[in-house]
Amino acid sequence: MDVLINLVLFAMMVATALAILRMRRLFAVVMLAGVFSLLSALLFVTLDAVDVAFTEAAVGAGISTVLMLGTMALTSREEKMPRKFSPLPLLVVCITGAVLIYGTLDMPSFGSAQSPAQTHVAAQYLERTPKDTGVPNVVTAILASYRGYDTFGETVVVFTAAVGVLILIGGFARRRDPEEGDAD
Amino acid sequence: MMFLIATIALFVGMCLVLARLYAGPSLYDRVLAANAFGTFTVMFIGVLGFLMERPEFLDIALLYALINFVGTIAVLKYFRYRAIGDTSPTPEGEPTSVGKLNDRGVRS
Repeated sequence: MDVLINLVLFAMMVATALAILRMRRLFAVVMLAGVFSLLSALLFVTLDAVDVAFTEAAVGAGISTVLMLGTMALTSREEKMPRKFSPLPLLVVCITGAVLIYGTLDMPSFGSAQSPAQTHVAAQYLERTPKDTGVPNVVTAILASYRGYDTFGETVVVFTAAVGVLILIGGFARRRDPEEGDAD
Repeated sequence: MMFLIATIALFVGMCLVLARLYAGPSLYDRVLAANAFGTFTVMFIGVLGFLMERPEFLDIALLYALINFVGTIAVLKYFRYRAIGDTSPTPEGEPTSVGKLNDRGVRS
């Protein structure tokens, strides 16, 4: 049944991606990209990676949508039609996809007990975490306890980036205000 | 069994919302469809938690409801003011008259 749910979600993702390709109005594209991100978050949830799913939803459906809308406010709302067909981007996309698929061939099969993720230090962490930290969720314990300073540094980096983006967007909006009437 | 039927019903609803999202003639249709899809995400995670016998997924579904709400507010704010960051009134007039969009997405 898991497989069936995954198949339905993947079908919806493919349909959304095709709709994004065909759309010329960028506002609709932003909406569809948000829905695409929600769908991939659902996929992560069915794969039992709830924390990854939440990051995907917060970044993909939340912050990215807002940032893309902010960009649209500063630039154009329509996608320009390309004048002629250029094969280079298609070639780059196809080669990248082929390389990525080639890269998955070496990976252990899904859920395999012999994969390095299962046989390395993970078992020790699963055993030691409740004793060492007393936190019930192992992922949370590793992020916030074993790698506490690392996580703190990451938080500082993300916070700095957010402040920088806010300063940039706010500054541009104020500078553009005088000619707001005839922009676009 | 009950949760399985609920999951199937949710999938049907998602497909209907996606169809409106792809076809939707006006931008408001699309905003509403995206918001409804977020609500479907919340419900799907909740139902999936019970389906997989892990009801603690319900807490996560609540967080998705928050994200969905804030995202929709941001989109509608963009509609109203045509900017996300600074919406203080411009010297020559109210921002509400500057950025209003009609339903084709063109500024009136």
